[in-house]
Amino acid sequence: MSNIPETGRTRRVTIRLVVLQILVLSLLATLGGRLWYLQVRNGSEYAAKAQGNHIREVVEPAVRGEILDASGRILAGNETKLVVSVSRTALLQQKDHGKAALTRLAEVLGMSVKDVENKVRLCDAKTPQPCWNGSPYQPIPVTQQATTQQAMQIMERREDFPGITAQSTALRRYTGVEGANAAQVLGYLSPVTDDEVTKSADKSGRDRRQPSDQIGRAGLESVYDDDLRGTTGVDKLEVDNLGRVIGSAGRTPAQPGDNLVTSIDARVQKVVEDQLAQAMADARKTYDKETQKNFEADSGAALVMDVHTGRIVAMASAPTFDPNLWVGGISAKDYQNLTGKDSNYPLLNRAIQGQSAPGSTFKVISTTAAVQAGYSLDGHYACPKSLTIGGREFKNFESESFGDISLERALEVSCDTVFYGLAYDQWMKDGGIKPKKDPADWFFKTAHQFGLGAKTGVDLPGEVPGRVPDRQWKQSFYDANKDAWCAQAAKGGHEYADEIARENCVDGNVMRAGDSVNFAIGQGDTLVTPLQMARIYSALANGGTLYRPTIGKAVVSPDGKPVREIAPHVDGKLPDDGKLLSYIDQATAGVITSGTAAWKFTGAGWPQGTIELHAKTGTAEVAGKQTTSWLTTYSKDYAVVMTISQGGTGSGGSGDAVRRIYQALYGVDDKGGIDNSRALLPKPQAELPKFNPDGTAVIQQAAYPAGSSFLDPTPPAGAQAPVDGVPAALEPTRSTGRGRA
Amino acid sequence: MTSYGSYRPIRLSPQRRSLARVLAKDSPLRRLDWIMILAALTLSLGSSLLVWSATRGRDSLTHGDPQYFLYRHLTNLLIGLVLCGTVITIGNRRVRTAVPVVYVAVLLMLAAVLSPLGSTINGAHSWIQFGGGFSIQPAEFAKLGIVLGMALLLSARVDAGEREMPSDRSVLQALGLAGVPIGIVLLMPDVGSVMVMAVIILGILLASGAANRWVFGLLVAGTAGSIAVWQLGILSKYQIDRFAAFANPALDPSGVGYNTAQARIAIGSGGLTGMGLFHGTQTIGQFVPEQQTDFVFSVAGEELGFVGGIALIGLLGVVLWRACRIARQATDLFGTVVCAGVISWFAFQAFENIGMNLGIMPVAGIPLPFVSYGGSSMFAVWIAVGLLQSVRSQRPIGI
Repeated sequence: MSNIPETGRTRRVTIRLVVLQILVLSLLATLGGRLWYLQVRNGSEYAAKAQGNHIREVVEPAVRGEILDASGRILAGNETKLVVSVSRTALLQQKDHGKAALTRLAEVLGMSVKDVENKVRLCDAKTPQPCWNGSPYQPIPVTQQATTQQAMQIMERREDFPGITAQSTALRRYTGVEGANAAQVLGYLSPVTDDEVTKSADKSGRDRRQPSDQIGRAGLESVYDDDLRGTTGVDKLEVDNLGRVIGSAGRTPAQPGDNLVTSIDARVQKVVEDQLAQAMADARKTYDKETQKNFEADSGAALVMDVHTGRIVAMASAPTFDPNLWVGGISAKDYQNLTGKDSNYPLLNRAIQGQSAPGSTFKVISTTAAVQAGYSLDGHYACPKSLTIGGREFKNFESESFGDISLERALEVSCDTVFYGLAYDQWMKDGGIKPKKDPADWFFKTAHQFGLGAKTGVDLPGEVPGRVPDRQWKQSFYDANKDAWCAQAAKGGHEYADEIARENCVDGNVMRAGDSVNFAIGQGDTLVTPLQMARIYSALANGGTLYRPTIGKAVVSPDGKPVREIAPHVDGKLPDDGKLLSYIDQATAGVITSGTAAWKFTGAGWPQGTIELHAKTGTAEVAGKQTTSWLTTYSKDYAVVMTISQGGTGSGGSGDAVRRIYQALYGVDDKGGIDNSRALLPKPQAELPKFNPDGTAVIQQAAYPAGSSFLDPTPPAGAQAPVDGVPAALEPTRSTGRGRA
Repeated sequence: MTSYGSYRPIRLSPQRRSLARVLAKDSPLRRLDWIMILAALTLSLGSSLLVWSATRGRDSLTHGDPQYFLYRHLTNLLIGLVLCGTVITIGNRRVRTAVPVVYVAVLLMLAAVLSPLGSTINGAHSWIQFGGGFSIQPAEFAKLGIVLGMALLLSARVDAGEREMPSDRSVLQALGLAGVPIGIVLLMPDVGSVMVMAVIILGILLASGAANRWVFGLLVAGTAGSIAVWQLGILSKYQIDRFAAFANPALDPSGVGYNTAQARIAIGSGGLTGMGLFHGTQTIGQFVPEQQTDFVFSVAGEELGFVGGIALIGLLGVVLWRACRIARQATDLFGTVVCAGVISWFAFQAFENIGMNLGIMPVAGIPLPFVSYGGSSMFAVWIAVGLLQSVRSQRPIGI
């Protein structure tokens, strides 16, 4: 360095150069640090942003699984429609932005060019309908009703129709196979809400909801939605800053949903629906002496249960609806018709959501309660025409008296006063108006043991639990209403309601004698669902086992391979011992042969000697309304329960209908002859249907001819022609149910 | 000379003779700073890939030829290298004498922009369009004029041995000389270039050994000037918007803040090693506007990742480090000041350009030296490299 010549630099300049160098260095270091922060420390965050920037997802809806009946008939399936759709992204890549292609398309479809153009334009604030509301990357359907010829023209001249496809697309179809409607059982679909899409956004595969998804909103469609839905396919497209598609980032194909095999038999379902409708129609032609007008028969439910498994073979609810109204979006008018104030709520499944007092059908429970409380089955009990309890007179129906009778006879003839007496006796033993610390409450306890006051756990949504009006319920009801009662009482009115309110305000929480005895005949505040009763009568038939009612039998893959079976589930046992069960068996058979239902069964030619049926009728009182008809029955295979609101007596309202259901099941003609070849289902179908390799079920051709339009109640060929109005006078003078006080 | 003459044992062929001359210890080529040249060349060649990646899908710009910008960029580089070689050949001493000519030429070019010859791109009226898509941005060359002009005035009496440091008078003259082109550029208005020029002046004053009061005075004046410009509303709306978006990036992400937000997404998503050249989704999808010019760094960030980004910054660092070395070793103040001017210029442009890509500096239309697509910038930068090399060539052998 010794030979450095004079550089012209002073020390000052040297220092300044060092300062300059340090400044430069620190600037570069700053950049490096910031780069590290962006790329290494926060890299994944920005990678996610970049992903969202340039990936657009086009969803391909999965074909929804089918709902099959026990033999594999399609109750809810899919209908293929030829849908012609237009991909905007492909159109916009054309030189003329697809104008020529759309013109050709309009020509092929026989639509005006303007109509087609309007359908594929995107909606915005200024664009009126029709316009496309969905994602601009999703193919836009122009028509769902293309003919095969139109589709061929489009697909064969692809170069003339860039971005236009004609594809068969699956739409939900409730087939009404064999004439079965089963609307409330099957349920319906409706589009996913924004909220549901947002909530499932962080999930993947099947659990992730796509904006194009349909979701089961009721019935089996809702409960088995996860099985039926399948996995939506996703086509990930790479797009540029203007949204033009520049490549593909992977594709997940759609996977069809699994099929659900149910225990429903479409043919039996059809019979049950028709018979319920017929029974209601008949009731409307029947004169009610009490209200001095024909019965309203505003709603009803009927079901058939396999007593050995709890599986439901048929379940009908009236009024009903056409589930196909929901396909492709329900119209506002239809929705109003189904849910409005004047609709009578056909969406309700009255077999599980309709609750009413069971009336005398409850007496099998009362009988069990009496035996549990220590009354002898061999004893005889007084059946006077009335009993005065707590200052009120409790009468038998039409003030009949039978003298001292057995419990069996009390069930057969449905003597109320026997059960009033037993319940009053028990109430007194439990301390009466000043209850003991730990009352036995045999009647309430037994009701709970029979599964009342609780949901059965059936695989349908929205089931109601009914109500056992025990001491606990009385207390909570009192707590909830005390203030209102006392307020009304304080007004000092003298109407009947005011008196009741005054009474309730003072001691509404106390179990009174009247409450107790009313409960013993299934009246008062007692509420049950038809399904609960079917389950109880099934248990009586099968030796005391309470099964959990089910409709789903198995989930099978689209190609027919079993995915999972839904096995019968035992929820409990009736408290009856074998002796009591056979006693009740005998008594309920007596109802068929010589009791309240005899005129509709053995009296109408039922071959009781060959096929033994058991029944209990019920005619429940409802304040301000006509009586509810209940008929709860069982054979060794099935329990059949029918109830009709404002439908008359148990046997009068439902007797013919329930008998005809049995006739159809066992192939019995009106004269009592049995033809096995005409029997719809002499044994419940235990096996799952067989499936072809393509996933369709192998269906045995039915010997029994299918009904016509499934909403039009025509009688099945196996049963007799409908009776035009059942004159009330034909009914035996004494019937079922409680005496009218 | 005598020793040299006597030592001549072998007669070489003319070719061998010229080769020997080239390789001789005192040959001009041996005097060049090859490390700097290699670093700069790597930057420029590498950037051609980035420019290519950024433009090959932009049909509206490339007229359908994906390689359009690649070829143009390489052509610009070639012209730049020729200009660089020319400057080296001319040599520092002759350049010094030619400074007045350069300065006047720059002023004429700038004036031409304000005449009907000029045209407006991206809000700045700072271009001269020629036929065939060829255009120049005189502001780039004005930076050269300022560096050379100020260096000449400030160093004249010091290099002549008359003074230890530039007199106040020289400083004032130098500032006046710089003020003329700055004023014209401000009229365009090209605020970005004015910022660069202000920093160049600061660097030059620093290196010239001018009194501290000038350095600090200039800092204060610069700050005051900025505030005045802001307050007086000289800035157009788009410039104010750029600052607003910088102050608050969340502001209007689809409008003003869009560029920076997209550039940052591109860079951030590159991660450690990048998505691979030509595989950046932000780049392919053309989400970053002006990506071949002002936002070219985002291509590097996305496709080459942190590794590539640091390499790019590192190469710029090498160029600047070598420039600092040349400045320290310069034999006269003129050389030192020229070096300091070029260093300030490169360093500030690199910092501002990459900084705005990374979201730590407001957006200004300033190219990244050696890397951004653009002829004027490429030419000016390589001429500047030529100046640095010629300063170095002047230094005694052995250093």
